[in-house]
Amino acid sequence: MIIMTYILKAIVIFIVAPLVGGLLSGIDRIISARMQGRVGPPVLQPFYDVLKLFQKESIQVNRMHRFFVYISMFFIIFTTEIILLGGDILLAMFSLTLGSIFFVLGGYAANSSYSFIGSERELLQMMAYEPMVLLVGAGLYYANGSFFIKNIATASVPAIVYLPGIFIGLVFILTFKLRKSPFDLSMSHHGAHQEIVQGITTEYSGKELAVIQITHWFETIFALSLVYVFFITKNPISHVFAITACILIYLFEIIVDNAFARVKWQMALKSSWIVTGVLATVNLVVISFFR
Amino acid sequence: MNFSKKSPWILHYDGTSCNGCDIEVLACLTPLYDVERFGIVNTGNPKHADILLITGSVNEQNIPVIKQLFEQMAEPKVVVAVGICATSGGIFAECYNVCGGVDTVLPVDVYVPGCAARPESIIDGVVKALGILEERQKTARKKK
Repeated sequence: MIIMTYILKAIVIFIVAPLVGGLLSGIDRIISARMQGRVGPPVLQPFYDVLKLFQKESIQVNRMHRFFVYISMFFIIFTTEIILLGGDILLAMFSLTLGSIFFVLGGYAANSSYSFIGSERELLQMMAYEPMVLLVGAGLYYANGSFFIKNIATASVPAIVYLPGIFIGLVFILTFKLRKSPFDLSMSHHGAHQEIVQGITTEYSGKELAVIQITHWFETIFALSLVYVFFITKNPISHVFAITACILIYLFEIIVDNAFARVKWQMALKSSWIVTGVLATVNLVVISFFR
Repeated sequence: MNFSKKSPWILHYDGTSCNGCDIEVLACLTPLYDVERFGIVNTGNPKHADILLITGSVNEQNIPVIKQLFEQMAEPKVVVAVGICATSGGIFAECYNVCGGVDTVLPVDVYVPGCAARPESIIDGVVKALGILEERQKTARKKK
């Protein structure tokens, strides 16, 4: 019976998560357009884009090039499922890394100079955000004594009280994960012109590009669920706060996206490591003294 | 359901243009015209694009470039020639290096005349191209 409910939940997440992710991306495009004094596309535009891409021809550069995209999507979906089913946060983070690595390999497999540079930048981005992601896991463990989301969800005090530094660090690196300016080095969304064309996605077309979009929707949900974890307690009202926090953080990321130009990779790496090194480490040191 | 009409992605290529039409093409993206309302995105990548928008006439040097861009685009695809130079060579038609309009190299589907073509007529041309794109999609699916 328990297994059945788990499978049911997993199926619901598999269907609902990309729908919510796509809607968020549509809202993102409208808000960005309004900030620039434009009307913007309809809310469902990301879905139209993906459905159109499914109808288009897929140009095959080579077989591995396409294969890596599907593997990457598999691991990102796995990550999202683990987090939303209340599983082990460490396992989720490792499978997230695996998913990102396969995406990078796909970029390398294309043998195109643009996607090659995109892949290298993606690796640099991973170097920039990975330490912080791991420290989020460590911090949540210090605060609640468990790596399992379902145990963290039964805490009496929300994790944000113990981990304000780590939370700010997480918001900082969310810019990488959501592929927003100033840290959208490896690829840019919505056709913004870039010095490396479309970076890592340059050589993808048709179905594979659609799959990359859907993977990104799952990633968005994963990133926001990490924010969510910081606010939940056993009190049901805390979920309202958590959702509000997610919405506010997403709005903040959109504002940052529109307000900043892309930085060089040196700056991206340095700034995120400084934030990780100072805020997250100090937070961990303090919490290990006082608990 | 056909979705190519709802999210046309455009690749803009500047041939031997005087940049008049290019500025009008970019004007379509500004708040006044805002073509993103219709899901139109200006991609810089032929593999992502549905519509190839060419401004300016064709000369000997950009023939291979235009051909390669067209070949790299995924089916279904359409070509729109924007401005009088792209449709027939315009005032540059007699130049020693100019071959003429885009149709000397590629099968052009929609001609948008004007010097420079106004943003309204460019949007009109793209909308016309969308109808052709939809037809192509249907015939491609029948072939399958």
